[in-house]
Amino acid sequence: MMGDLNWTATTVFVFFFAVVTVVGFLASRWKAGDLNDLHEWGLGGRRFGAWITWFLLGGDLYTAYTVIAIPSVVYAIGAYGFFAVPYTIIIYPFLYLTLPRLWAVAHKRGYLTAGDFVVGRYGDRGLELAVAVTGILATMPYIALQLVGMEKVIQALGFPRQGIYAHAPLSLAFVILALYTYKSGLRAPAMIAFVKDIMIYIFVLAVVVIVPIQLGGYGAIFDAAGKVFEAKVAANPKLAAGLTLAPQQVGPYITLAIGSAMALFMYPHALTGALAASSGQAIRRNAMGLPAYSFLLGLIALMGFMAHAAGVKVDNPQDAVPQLILKSFPDWFAGFCFAAIAIGALVPAAVMSIGAANTFTRNIWKPFIHPEMTKREESALAKLVSLIVKVGALAVIFFIPTQFALDLQLLGGVWMIQVFPAVIFGLFTRWFTGRALLIGWAIGMIVGTGLSSGATAWVPVHPLAWDIPLLGKLDLGLGFAAYNGLTAVILNMIAAAVVSALWRTSSADETAPADYEDRSIAAGQA
Amino acid sequence: MKYILLFAPCVVALATPLYNSINPELAGAPFFYWLQLLLIPVSAVFIFLADRLGKSRP
Repeated sequence: MMGDLNWTATTVFVFFFAVVTVVGFLASRWKAGDLNDLHEWGLGGRRFGAWITWFLLGGDLYTAYTVIAIPSVVYAIGAYGFFAVPYTIIIYPFLYLTLPRLWAVAHKRGYLTAGDFVVGRYGDRGLELAVAVTGILATMPYIALQLVGMEKVIQALGFPRQGIYAHAPLSLAFVILALYTYKSGLRAPAMIAFVKDIMIYIFVLAVVVIVPIQLGGYGAIFDAAGKVFEAKVAANPKLAAGLTLAPQQVGPYITLAIGSAMALFMYPHALTGALAASSGQAIRRNAMGLPAYSFLLGLIALMGFMAHAAGVKVDNPQDAVPQLILKSFPDWFAGFCFAAIAIGALVPAAVMSIGAANTFTRNIWKPFIHPEMTKREESALAKLVSLIVKVGALAVIFFIPTQFALDLQLLGGVWMIQVFPAVIFGLFTRWFTGRALLIGWAIGMIVGTGLSSGATAWVPVHPLAWDIPLLGKLDLGLGFAAYNGLTAVILNMIAAAVVSALWRTSSADETAPADYEDRSIAAGQA
Repeated sequence: MKYILLFAPCVVALATPLYNSINPELAGAPFFYWLQLLLIPVSAVFIFLADRLGKSRP
C-alpha cells in the first residue's frame, strides 16, 4: 500500500510540519493578551508591526492554491495565466490609498470586520448582513481549495490517491491546524507565516536558479514551451494558448486583473490581516513591501513553462509543479519544497477560518440572534465557528467533486467584488445611502451569477453582448469579453448611484471624518 | 504628483496590447514576461516615492 512512498521526502516533510505545529501552539503566548477577547483572538490585539504584517499578509494572500493553480494555467495555456502579475501590481496602490483609512476607523470604533464598518457607517443591518454573508460564502470554497493544494503535494510524496488512506494525511494535518487555531487565534498563522514565507522564498529561488541551469537557460525554456503550445494549437485550432495572448484573451486578461484586485481586499481573510496591523503606516509600508511576493508569484508562474521544458507530461495541470520539483531536485529538497507548499496552505486556511468566524460572530449571530453577547461569549463562539468552518471545508473535499469547489471559488470572486462599493466608497463619502448600496449589491449578485452560468459549465468571462429578457439583444460593440465580476460590479455601482440620487433615506452614521485619518491617531497617541 | 506616481504603473500594467509580444527579448525571455516582471519592483518604488511626497506635504 505504501510501497510508492518517497521516504526521504516524506521524512523532511513531516519534520517541517512538526516544527510549525509546535510554533502554532506556542503562538498563544506571543505578545500575550487575553484570548477570551475577540480583539485578541481574532485580530491579534492589533499589535502587528510592519514586518509581522508583511509576513502575515504575504503568507495569507499568496496561498498554496495560488502556488499550484497559477503555474497550472500557465502550463495549460501559457500567457493567460500571467494575469496574476498585473492583478498584483494594481492591488498595492489601491491598498495604499484605502486600507489605512479603513484601519483608522476600525481602530477608533473597535471594528473587526467589513460588516462592522458598514453598519457603523450606514446604520443599515440589511447591508451588514449582505456584506457578511457574501464574505462567508466566498471564503468557504477558498479554504477547501487550500486543501486541494495541500493534497496535490501529499499525493506527490507517493501517498495513494484512492482508497481509505487517501484522505488520512490531509485530515490529520487539518485537525492539527484546527486545534492550534482554536487555541492561539490569529497569532498562530502570524507566527507560522515566518516559517512558511522563508521556506517559500528558498524553494522559489532554488527553482528559478537551478532549473534553468539544468535546462539550458530561460531562452531554451521559453522555446520548448512555445513548441508545446504550437503543437497543442495545431491539434486543436479552437484552443487559445501560447507565449503571448490571443486577441480574444486580451479583454478577459485585463478585466480579470482589475476585478480580482477589487475583490481581494474584500475577502474577510485579507481584511483580517490588514486590520491586525498596529498602525496605518504599517499598512502603507506593506504596500511597498508586498510586491516582493508578487515578483515571487511571477516566478512561480514561470514554473508552468519550466515543466514543459523539463518534459513533464501530466493530465491534470495541477500536478505540473509537484512533478517538476520531483524531476529537478533530490528527494530531501523535494520534501522541503512540498512542505513549503503545504504549510503555505495552513496560513491562509487559518486566517480565512478566523476571518469567517469573526464575521459570523459579529455580523450575523450577535445582531440577529443574541445581541447581549459578552466579550467572552463572542470569543468562545468565534473559536467554535472557526472549527466548524474547517470541518466544513474538509467535508467539501471528501464528499463533493473538486470541480464544485473550483466553481464555487470562481463564483465567490464574482460575489465578493459586489461589496466593494459599500466598503470602499464608504471610506470616502457618505453620499451613497445604505439602502441604495444594498439594492446595488443584490443586482450585482444576480447579474454576476447569471452571466457566469454558461450552457455546460460556470464561466468567469462573458462577451459584452447580452440577450436580456423582455428587452432583447444589447451589444456594447466593444468586441471583447469581460470578467463577470467586473461587469456586475459596474451595474451595481450605477444602480447604487441612481437609487442614492432619487431616494434619499436617512440613517445614523456613527463615524466622524476625523476617524478616517490614521496619522492623527498616531499623533494623538504620541 | 502623488497620484500620478501611484497610478502610472497600474496604467502600464493594464495596457496589455502594448506588451503582448515576443520581441524585444531579454535574456531569452519574451517581452510579455520580462516587462510585467520588471514592472513589479518599479511599482513598489513608485509607491515609496508617493509616500515620501505625501509626508513632506501633508
